[in-house]
Amino acid sequence: MTRTSDLSELQAMARTVRRDIIEMIGAAKSGHPGGSLSAVEILVTLYFDVMKHDPANPAWPQRDRFILSKGHAAPVLYSVMAESGYTPKDQLNTLRRIGSIYQGHPDRRFIPALEASTGSLGVGLSLGLGMAEAAKLDKSPSRTYVVLGDGEIQEGQIWEAAMYAGFHKVDNIVAILDNNRIQLDGWVKDIMAIEPLAEKWAAFGWHVIEVDGHDIVALQAAFAEAEATKGKPSILIAHTVKGKGVSFMENNPKYHGVAPTKEEVELALKEIG
Amino acid sequence: MAAKYELKLGAATREAFGKALVELGKTDENVVVCDADLSKSTFTHLFGKEFPSRFFSCGIAEANMVSIGAGLASSGKIAFVASFSAFVLNKGFEQLRVNVAYSGIPLKVVGTHSGISIGEDGPSQMSVEDISLACSLAGFTVISPVDEVAMFSLVKQAAYHPGAVFIRAGRVKVPVIYGPDQKFEIGKGIQLTEGTDLTLISTGLMVAECLKAAAALEAEGISARVIDLHTIKPIDRDIIAKAAAETGCILVAEEHLVDSGLGVRVAQVVAETNPCVMEFHGINNTYAESGLPEEVLEKYKMTAADVAVSARKALARKKG
Repeated sequence: MTRTSDLSELQAMARTVRRDIIEMIGAAKSGHPGGSLSAVEILVTLYFDVMKHDPANPAWPQRDRFILSKGHAAPVLYSVMAESGYTPKDQLNTLRRIGSIYQGHPDRRFIPALEASTGSLGVGLSLGLGMAEAAKLDKSPSRTYVVLGDGEIQEGQIWEAAMYAGFHKVDNIVAILDNNRIQLDGWVKDIMAIEPLAEKWAAFGWHVIEVDGHDIVALQAAFAEAEATKGKPSILIAHTVKGKGVSFMENNPKYHGVAPTKEEVELALKEIG
Repeated sequence: MAAKYELKLGAATREAFGKALVELGKTDENVVVCDADLSKSTFTHLFGKEFPSRFFSCGIAEANMVSIGAGLASSGKIAFVASFSAFVLNKGFEQLRVNVAYSGIPLKVVGTHSGISIGEDGPSQMSVEDISLACSLAGFTVISPVDEVAMFSLVKQAAYHPGAVFIRAGRVKVPVIYGPDQKFEIGKGIQLTEGTDLTLISTGLMVAECLKAAAALEAEGISARVIDLHTIKPIDRDIIAKAAAETGCILVAEEHLVDSGLGVRVAQVVAETNPCVMEFHGINNTYAESGLPEEVLEKYKMTAADVAVSARKALARKKG
């Protein structure tokens, strides 16, 4: 699909991406559906509207960079990259199989158009800062977008990166926190509470934008606000629902890392429409 | 043969590293440097002073520094990150593994204050496992220059090496072994002396001790070959196999834990090519302590006299 700002087209793409995710993980019989589904509107808005990139020329130096720091949500990234034209759509269902380009977590060796191999949590924001600093040195308009998990920010390196970005005024990076409130072992608030989020990031020198992470229009406005914010890095605290779009997966910690059965796949696809 | 080396004291390899960075910075505006609040100790401050816009001060946050360096390198910069070896490898190891080695990013990583010769600061700042850690990163090239000449040349080569590189540097001033015209090639060891009875293989500051030991052995009628393996990975298989075949006896000496450093890597090559008697001289399953560098080196048996003792032991085994 070519890039668009049209809401109904983006919403239709979000449904397609949700279907891709369910089919992929269903076929693989393992994977992380919950955190893939919660990030759908964030990635659809970035890949099909906000980001400047060219699937025909993935090495274009002035492209915007995207890092899925919460690498276990690989299926949502694979879907938007395939739907964008970077990688073959007809191989999505080879996810996690030996030799597949769609590895369990994003792997640049198999998909060179990926900006980063991720999967070990906590490192993506720092990596993005390096790319953002390189763009500044080159006087390139390239912007860097990094999607973080909410559980992920329990990692200490996130706060090293947060401190660096605020202090060095890295205003060409945008972090998007997929605040779906559930991590592997249960609810974030019960494992290691991370609130108050807005205050924490603001204290580290970030421009904080709270947004409904499933509202595409709100996301478009938030990304525009981030781009207009100079002298500070921006973070979107995207309030999301884990498993969004599939009733039995929504807000259910079980589906952090468990694949749907064949029957559940059919049920989920029917619900998504 | 070994007597031809005067071994006059030169600069510390960390200082040569800092000077090489400035040279690189002058000729290539693509070169960038990150440091973690140790720039005056790693000598990256020389680059920072000359090229402030290309110098990234990361504060005391080595993990963040390594990942930022990886991001800069993945955007086409020739990026160096530097800190004490103990900190950049231990605190940055996860980032070196995921963002650099696994991701195939050609970051240049420099660890200064390696080994136990940093002296007074003690074991928390010493690095006796850095060769092991760096070599365990798939695809990395690992370099341990012996003196200021080797460091200056190898840093400049590392900058344009296509893959990730770790360079091991020391704190203390070390003897100059090489003349200004010496050629270095990444992956190729240098035979410093001829020798037929046994071979002393070493890297970093222990090479000078091996040369001194060889001179002492020579006085006893023992002909010792000395080899500087400035590149530890990929290791120079040819020079090792030849030494094993021609001398039939190898002693490896290193300022590193003896069971995970240069010696075991040399032993692998010897086992796969021309098995011969081998002995290993290094730090034995312990951490050192504070003291003047020369006191620490002496107490932990990192002197020429200690190397000579191990050499005689190896020779005795060879003679059976």
